[in-house]
Amino acid sequence: MPMVNIAGKDYEAVEEKVELTEGHWEVVNFLREYYAEYQIAPAVRVLTKAIGKKLGPDKGNNKYLYELFPYGPAKQACKIAGLPKPTGCI
Amino acid sequence: MLHIVNKSATDRGSLESCLAMATKGSAVLLIEDAVYAATTGGAAAAKIQAAAADLKIYALGPDLAARGMAARVLDGVNVVDYAGFVDLVAEHKSCQSWL
Amino acid sequence: MSDMDEMEDGSGIVKKFMFLNRKAPHGTVYALEGLEVVLITAAFDQDVSMVFTDDGVYQLLKGIDTKGIEVKDFSKTYRALDGYDIEKLYVDQSSIDARGLTEDDLIVDVTVLSVSEMANLMAEQDVVISF
Repeated sequence: MPMVNIAGKDYEAVEEKVELTEGHWEVVNFLREYYAEYQIAPAVRVLTKAIGKKLGPDKGNNKYLYELFPYGPAKQACKIAGLPKPTGCI
Repeated sequence: MLHIVNKSATDRGSLESCLAMATKGSAVLLIEDAVYAATTGGAAAAKIQAAAADLKIYALGPDLAARGMAARVLDGVNVVDYAGFVDLVAEHKSCQSWL
Repeated sequence: MSDMDEMEDGSGIVKKFMFLNRKAPHGTVYALEGLEVVLITAAFDQDVSMVFTDDGVYQLLKGIDTKGIEVKDFSKTYRALDGYDIEKLYVDQSSIDARGLTEDDLIVDVTVLSVSEMANLMAEQDVVISF
């Protein structure tokens, strides 16, 4: 089972019931870079747009991102990335 | 005596009140938003420089850095770290915080 | 927003919102709270202006390093506002002048306004929220 490193501690990705593929890691790493640069996790709308800019329109859309992270690309992907929830996300 | 000011001089009057009451030879430590007064170009700069003739003026380094002001400190202002803050409190018989 | 969305949720009304920032960044929580409210508001597609006057101009300074006081450096977050389609950032000329600052000292591109221009901008808003 793939391991996820969050703040220096290793966790099994199985806890999120997501097997982390290269596509997942692309998003997780993108979120971590975004956070390092701006000190916030992006809102879904902003994430989708920014992913589209960086990785192309086939990845910068809700369908693709929700397929990767069924519990919400912002909330679930941020959790796996070891980041706080996006500002305003309940 | 050690006087501690933590409010911006362009927002509140506490620095002015402090400088009016601080007697010759006293120390004034600027922390939090009060550190802006210890920087070049601001409205309080002249007041601090005039006060430095009779008072020892200190500013807390981590608070200056957190406000992007580390490179703009006025001549005559002594920058201290947290250990220096503790030393100042220990050195002086009494301490007044101008909240 | 499409017509369909407007029909579904009854929204589509765009008001002019001004967020007025008058406090220095770390001494109080106002600056950070104001910024978070702006980020949340961005989801509602309103006409948002962010204004920095008085000590609020200190929020936008370059070269902020908060490691020593162990708080988040949210000055970096102002650079994310563009991605949230918040592009109207205004700074009061007299406030930067009084603090010995110039536009070059600021971390984001802003429009610098005179007091009277700022007054007009405020007067034409539907809602002004102050931090």
